[in-house]
Amino acid sequence: MKMRDIAAAVNGEVLCGAGRLDEEVDYAFASDLMSDVLTIKTNDFLLITGLANVQSVRTAEMSDVEYILFVRGKDVTEEMTGLAEDNGMVVIRTDYSMFKTSGILYGAGLKPVY
Amino acid sequence: MRLEYDVTAGDFTRAGNASSAIKKTLKQLGVSPAVIKRVVVAVYEAEVNIVAHSYGGHITAEVAPEGISVVLADTGPGIPDVQKAMQKGFSTASKEVREMGFGAGMGLPNIQENADDLKIETEVGRGTTLTIYIKF
Repeated sequence: MKMRDIAAAVNGEVLCGAGRLDEEVDYAFASDLMSDVLTIKTNDFLLITGLANVQSVRTAEMSDVEYILFVRGKDVTEEMTGLAEDNGMVVIRTDYSMFKTSGILYGAGLKPVY
Repeated sequence: MRLEYDVTAGDFTRAGNASSAIKKTLKQLGVSPAVIKRVVVAVYEAEVNIVAHSYGGHITAEVAPEGISVVLADTGPGIPDVQKAMQKGFSTASKEVREMGFGAGMGLPNIQENADDLKIETEVGRGTTLTIYIKF
């Protein structure tokens, strides 16, 4: 699924990486627990999280995850987008809940990592 | 090649700086991405542990052609029961640590899973030293 279509499906706002919206991602993982994100062995997935702080971006960096979708309309600080930009990530924010976001994207064909 | 970093206790905004720097160095050295991920996930978990549980610490990474050895030494309360700390789900983390997305008792087991060798030396009331070795 193209990042552009993911953003549109959840009525999301693209906060950084606008030049990479034609990139495709096939898998997603939704969690607020970064320790769980760090146990995922694959890299090529969209991280859906309601945990909006520097450590969620750091966790994505350590996991080689390039796509983050913040849910529940969380504030994403400049420090977070700065770190995401440094690491070439695409960051989207939606007002939708994690359940709604995950349901929409699952229905649209995004696959679970397990 | 030797890399060294100080880790400040309680400073969650900077937690991960050392792991990030190690990642960039390994990338430059052309280490395979799968191995880099194992190294940085293990070191990041351990770095977060120093920030979360200790009074401060120091990270020394020795990079050799055949692998990387990372020593994470802190002064702090130590781990009274290492076996218990290695169990998934066991945690003594504060509310603040949990709010950062950690402290669910996954760190040490995940470090062990990613490392080819993990040594934990700890003394209650003094501190903890982790030595993580990962082959290239």
